[in-house]
Amino acid sequence: MRIALFVTCVNDLMFPDTGKAVVTVLERLGHQVEFPLAQSCCGQMHANSGYREEALPLVANFVKTFSAYDAIVAPSASCVAMVRESYPRLAPSPSVSAVAERTYELSEFLVDELGVTDVGARFPHRVTYHPTCHGLRMLRLGDRPRRLLEAVEGLSLTPLSGAEECCGFGGTFALKNPGVSGAMLADKCAAVVATSAEYLAAADNSCLTHIGGGLSRGSSPVKPIHYAQILASR
Amino acid sequence: MSGNVVTRLPFPVAARRELGDEQLRRNLRKATHTIRDKRLRVVGEVPDWEPLRVAGAAIKDDVLARLPDLLEQFEAAATAAGATVHWARDAEEACAVVAALVQATGTAEVVKVKSMATQEIGLNEALEAVGIHAVETDLAELIVQLAEDTPSHILVPAIHYNRTQIRDIFASKMADVDATTLTDDPPALAEAARRHLRSRFLSTKVGISGANFAIASTGTLAVVESEGNGRMCLTLPETLISVVGIEKLLPTFADLEVFLQLLPRSSTGERMNPYTSLWTGVTPGDGPQTVHIVLVDNGRTDTLADPVGRQALRCIRCSACLNVCPVYERVGGHAYGSVYPGPIGAILSPQMSGEGANRTLPYASTLCGACFDACPVRIDIPQVLVHLRQSGVDAARGRPSAERTAMRTMSYVMRDRRRYAAALRAARRGAAPLRMVAGRRGALRRLPWPLSAWTSVRDAPLPPKQTFREWWAREHSS
Ligand code: SF4
Repeated sequence: MRIALFVTCVNDLMFPDTGKAVVTVLERLGHQVEFPLAQSCCGQMHANSGYREEALPLVANFVKTFSAYDAIVAPSASCVAMVRESYPRLAPSPSVSAVAERTYELSEFLVDELGVTDVGARFPHRVTYHPTCHGLRMLRLGDRPRRLLEAVEGLSLTPLSGAEECCGFGGTFALKNPGVSGAMLADKCAAVVATSAEYLAAADNSCLTHIGGGLSRGSSPVKPIHYAQILASR
Repeated sequence: MSGNVVTRLPFPVAARRELGDEQLRRNLRKATHTIRDKRLRVVGEVPDWEPLRVAGAAIKDDVLARLPDLLEQFEAAATAAGATVHWARDAEEACAVVAALVQATGTAEVVKVKSMATQEIGLNEALEAVGIHAVETDLAELIVQLAEDTPSHILVPAIHYNRTQIRDIFASKMADVDATTLTDDPPALAEAARRHLRSRFLSTKVGISGANFAIASTGTLAVVESEGNGRMCLTLPETLISVVGIEKLLPTFADLEVFLQLLPRSSTGERMNPYTSLWTGVTPGDGPQTVHIVLVDNGRTDTLADPVGRQALRCIRCSACLNVCPVYERVGGHAYGSVYPGPIGAILSPQMSGEGANRTLPYASTLCGACFDACPVRIDIPQVLVHLRQSGVDAARGRPSAERTAMRTMSYVMRDRRRYAAALRAARRGAAPLRMVAGRRGALRRLPWPLSAWTSVRDAPLPPKQTFREWWAREHSS
């Protein structure tokens, strides 16, 4: 099986450790990972903001870059949702659907394709998990990330109240409606702080940047972390 | 297109105004969370909820696909049963028809059942202009009317008030209430409203309603409600005038079976609504002896023309999408500037009106998808939001825009491996001097416009010293 990592543009520039973590976990499980350098951005921000014309060349680039692989794994629920749910609508064609169907969010790939929940990680910390909207309601990740985290040695998972409520990020929404976004963020931060966890984990670094930025502004010590990095620790 | 679906203020501006009201936010949070929990409980009891939603969507899609035929069927059946059917292209026409019908009866006061269609066309204002007073008889609607306010929710128009505020409105606006003894106890408030309305029910000659459903094969109209005020308005007056949007049709009586399960559980979180009134034209010697039905288009045909957007016409106005919406919960209904607020308003108002500030409504969402999950007729609201954003962007392609330039540049850079790698490098290097500013916490407190919108409420992170692809290249260079 040829596995490709789609790191996503946000992770490439801002969160390289998340990409490294995916490589670490998959190699630990005995798989080889490739990183096709022609990859860039899935076009989610363009498409969701209404710029279909600008998104289409990025869709084409993604399909061309990854069509030779059996599995494309990404540490971002919203980018995978873009590829799997929106690509076939934006650019309907058999080749697009074929690549879209083979694109997985990390927890789907680990749990469903590899059949693994214990990836041999150790992380002796209190962690709370925020299920991001696109993972929750578009990909229907369900309890996959939680099962992976629960299997981590030393980790104690504390429940987050109102976990399924949106954090208020929403891509350009955060800039177009900063007031509403900030009000949603304040409630999410309060819920996170109330867990007294040391780490806030999620499947999307974009949402984590937003929540983490709110926590940092409120001088909270809770640290945002992509759950892949927890799975890579030992 | 006309009526109360066109917002005057762009959503971000109106939302900022509403966000400033702390009391409003507390009221909304409490109310929406209560209905949310109730809905989840009663929906969870139904083992075939998903098939029911699919059936509801399919029936409505069928109606939309053969709307002209079904409307003619409805007209023929209702006419045969003794009703008079009128057609109105827009809000003005609909108001004019109703006003003329009321004037012909010689009365100066009408009683009203809560109805979104009459609010949409601005009927109360239109009647007032010709000297006819419309009395709202739904409790929450009455509160809003007495307060000279506008509704902020489809089902619970006074959701933005708490009971102390309602007590104060009653005490100052109801002539027949003793302001010194009225408490904010819900039964006391309901009793005051009941007394206030009773004499009107008994004396008023004309009732005005909307309809939740209109059955094409029989010409029957249906109204579901909780307080019994509807039943009074629909049965006691001599003349009944119902204003009905053309998308309210169901093909046959049997289709009600699906919707009478979907609607109450989704809207009030009840297994069944307390009152379901059904009437077919005139029944001699029983109920109103003159029955009029005004079928209103008002932008619906335009909405129907859009293959993606038309699913909004499946809406049965249950308001579940409002109650689960994190944006609605923070700003309330007034921020949307239309009688249709929340997620459904964000896709319906711009489509019905196609006008000015309404274009900001499709952006009033994080695309979190909670509305789609809750909708009993499976309207994919996030999909329609993105579709409307797209139409807006495409329509504005002739005009210069900083956002479009940015999107276009990013697309140009990102579609090419070399350009993209160079841009990542530049971004990482460009951020280096900022590390001094960021200090020990590694985060920025303030960024220049337009990113100042980001740092207005949250810190911004800095890119690390090496991008992922630089790390990968170094690791795999040998
Ligand atoms: S869009 Fe769906 S959830 Fe919202 S009011 Fe209409 S039927 Fe109800």
